[in-house]
Amino acid sequence: MSVDLARVQFASTSIYHFLFVPLTIGLALLTAVLQTAWYRTQRPEYLRLTRFFGALLVINVAVGVVTGLVQEFQFGMNWSQYSRFVGSVFGAPLAMEGLAAFFLESTFLGLWIFGWNRLSRRVHLATIWAVAIGGILSAAFIMAANSWMQHPVGYKISNGRAELTDIGAVLTSQVFLRGFIHVVFAALITGAGVMLGVSAWHLRKRSSPEVFTRSAGIAIYVLVPATLLNMLIGSELGVTEGRFQPVKIAAAEAQWNTCQPCSFSVFQIGGGKNDETPTQILEVPHLLSLLATNHWNGKVIGLNQLQAQYSQQYGPGNYIPNVFIQYWSMRVMAYLAGLILLIALWGLWRRGRLSESRWFLRVAIWSIPLPFLVNTAGWVLTENGRQPWIVQGLQKTQNAASPSVGTATIITSLVVFLLLYGVLALVDWGLMVRYARKELAPAGTQPDAEAPLPEPSY
Amino acid sequence: MIVFWFIVITVLWVGFLLLEGFDFGVGMLQQPLGRDAAGRSTVIGTIGPVWDGNEVWLVVAAAGTFAAFPGWYAAMFSAFYPFMLLALVALIVRGVSIEFRGHVESARNRRIWEIALCVASALIPLVLGTLLGALLHGVPINSAGNFTGNLGDLLSGYAIFTGVTITVICLMHGAAFLGLRTLGEVHHRALSASRMLAPVTALVVIAFAAWTRVDVGGVLLSWEEFLAILAAIAVVPLVYAGRSGLAFAATSATMAFVVISLFLELYPRVMVSSTGAANDLTTTNTAAGHYSLAVMTVVLVVLLPVVLTYQAWSFYVFRRRLGGAARPVEGPPPPGPSEPATAVVAGSEHAPDPAGELTRPAGPINRVTGSVIRLAGPLFVPRRPPKRGG
Repeated sequence: MSVDLARVQFASTSIYHFLFVPLTIGLALLTAVLQTAWYRTQRPEYLRLTRFFGALLVINVAVGVVTGLVQEFQFGMNWSQYSRFVGSVFGAPLAMEGLAAFFLESTFLGLWIFGWNRLSRRVHLATIWAVAIGGILSAAFIMAANSWMQHPVGYKISNGRAELTDIGAVLTSQVFLRGFIHVVFAALITGAGVMLGVSAWHLRKRSSPEVFTRSAGIAIYVLVPATLLNMLIGSELGVTEGRFQPVKIAAAEAQWNTCQPCSFSVFQIGGGKNDETPTQILEVPHLLSLLATNHWNGKVIGLNQLQAQYSQQYGPGNYIPNVFIQYWSMRVMAYLAGLILLIALWGLWRRGRLSESRWFLRVAIWSIPLPFLVNTAGWVLTENGRQPWIVQGLQKTQNAASPSVGTATIITSLVVFLLLYGVLALVDWGLMVRYARKELAPAGTQPDAEAPLPEPSY
Repeated sequence: MIVFWFIVITVLWVGFLLLEGFDFGVGMLQQPLGRDAAGRSTVIGTIGPVWDGNEVWLVVAAAGTFAAFPGWYAAMFSAFYPFMLLALVALIVRGVSIEFRGHVESARNRRIWEIALCVASALIPLVLGTLLGALLHGVPINSAGNFTGNLGDLLSGYAIFTGVTITVICLMHGAAFLGLRTLGEVHHRALSASRMLAPVTALVVIAFAAWTRVDVGGVLLSWEEFLAILAAIAVVPLVYAGRSGLAFAATSATMAFVVISLFLELYPRVMVSSTGAANDLTTTNTAAGHYSLAVMTVVLVVLLPVVLTYQAWSFYVFRRRLGGAARPVEGPPPPGPSEPATAVVAGSEHAPDPAGELTRPAGPINRVTGSVIRLAGPLFVPRRPPKRGG
């Protein structure tokens, strides 16, 4: 019971935290791009856009930072057996993340927000790039830590604990490299999706169309390649995970029995634990083989066979995650990502006359929520697919919790976090909507760089 | 290697409480010292650009403990669950309140976030200080390194007084910081607050050192406790002499030596078990393997100097004092047209912009003429006789 509650708490606080993480990493990069454009061209519209999207970035960074603290503390609070077991391997990237990424991000964000009039234009531009690089570095280290849970490498077991033996192996693991790139692109898509949606909203209202056409254009030019590439990287990641975590991939297709070649169902009814022959609708032949193995006739081992194999290897137990969640999180992720790509391609087609494309502008606003849903579904897919393991093959989730922490304690903290996060969400959403709908300051108030600028929105 | 990492963890806690210490102090003091919206903006503006970077010291201290002493991290965070929960809530509220108060539109909502900032800034050092005291005082831990007690076991008198001590030092440290970083009315209120807080802080630190002796045994003060008391006492004449720079150095030393004394009293233990010395968690029985400590050492030795450099640079960039220009500062008058009166007028130009809430009272900053930087004067205040009732 307390393990389940601890899982609910970790899942809900992680999902919440990861609404803000990709948004801020993506927006930091895009803000840096906008400011670079201003630095190079001196065109005032780029400065106005930098300020505008920088304000959205700043509001969300605060929530992202403080909710990250919860994640860091929670390993020790709720998962002390896990922490003892993996600290030597898993703690190292977390500490490096703090030293290499968080200091950089936080310090330079302060410099960027308050440094408009105190730093030279060149140094000030460098500060936003430092923020963006800090964000990407933090993704690298946290993905290194997470990937080790999916596919442990570079360790030995001594005295019942995992001890790091090869940091190089941890930082070059295939799961890590692909997962990291996948997450950085996802962040870029999230930032660009929000940028496109907000710009489209303003274009519909005909507020500063000459300026928001530019930001919409930049967002589209980022979205099209980033979404395409990320689908390819995600599919590669799927193949890699299929090799190390075959259960995860088999469960994502509700493939109970081994198949070769394997078809992919666009959707199906049933397929859960007590229904091994679901009604599959719209089967695409060979597609699962291709997705899971990169081969036209690749073999995908079924859940029943994997269960038998693992029972023999690790002892009796249930080694199959919740198939319903796996199946649908995979599809929500893939289908909604496809929708984002379609919106971006539509924008690419209508480029140059975006402000007259009423239908496009109406639909493009949906590029704001879609990336968040895709990101969440992606994490549910990868973390739920790891169950029943907390560290694949080494430690089960049920053996990882804190023995000294009771059910009532976790319920209390869960309720506290849900209430607090609810309030934060309301305030943050209110501020976002207000700032996103704000009209741009007229160009006249943003004269040449020599004149004093107003203090930034902070 | 293990000893080195114990020192690193100590240094990270010192760094956290030294830097965030004044953030917490400022967060508490904005209520009594910033009497109106502009005053509170000035007070909060002094930490606006730096608090987020300062907080990372806690993040790294926690992650460093996780990596270097997994057994310590696991036992401490699960044993002190209610403390961690409270600290997290307070850290969350503190962080977003600084951010949100600058963005919300209505004065009423801004007040709510300011009061939240005040309460949260007091809770964080109180809870974390109590935690540090309890590590030394001891809590029931079994032979597997797991906590076996309840909330009452965490709340010993000594632990709570450690929390109070750290919180009082934060208040004093914040007042000294404001003495360095503000001008005008707020500056004078900060100085008089410092004069009130300094003797109290000295007494609390002396009482803390004495209680530590009683709690852990022994008669003689350790060198670090002696230095902590010395620094706390030194603050008193320094604030009365108006030596803001030295006073801030002395409050920093007070905080540093109090934290160092707690960790040195602990060593080689990291968590004292009240069920018997055999169950104490120590540096050696909680440490990670040699290889991971070596890797972390390389990373730390390479990165920490870089971090310190840019963090110091950010303090240098934001060295300018904030606050009303109503009282002219002694020293060279600003050149050109940027007299204080001009500054106020020019500042109001920006008023329609909801921006700059935090820094607006500083007046305009003209990078070209550098007027405000001159206006603000140097980092260390020109000495002046103490003015009472400011």
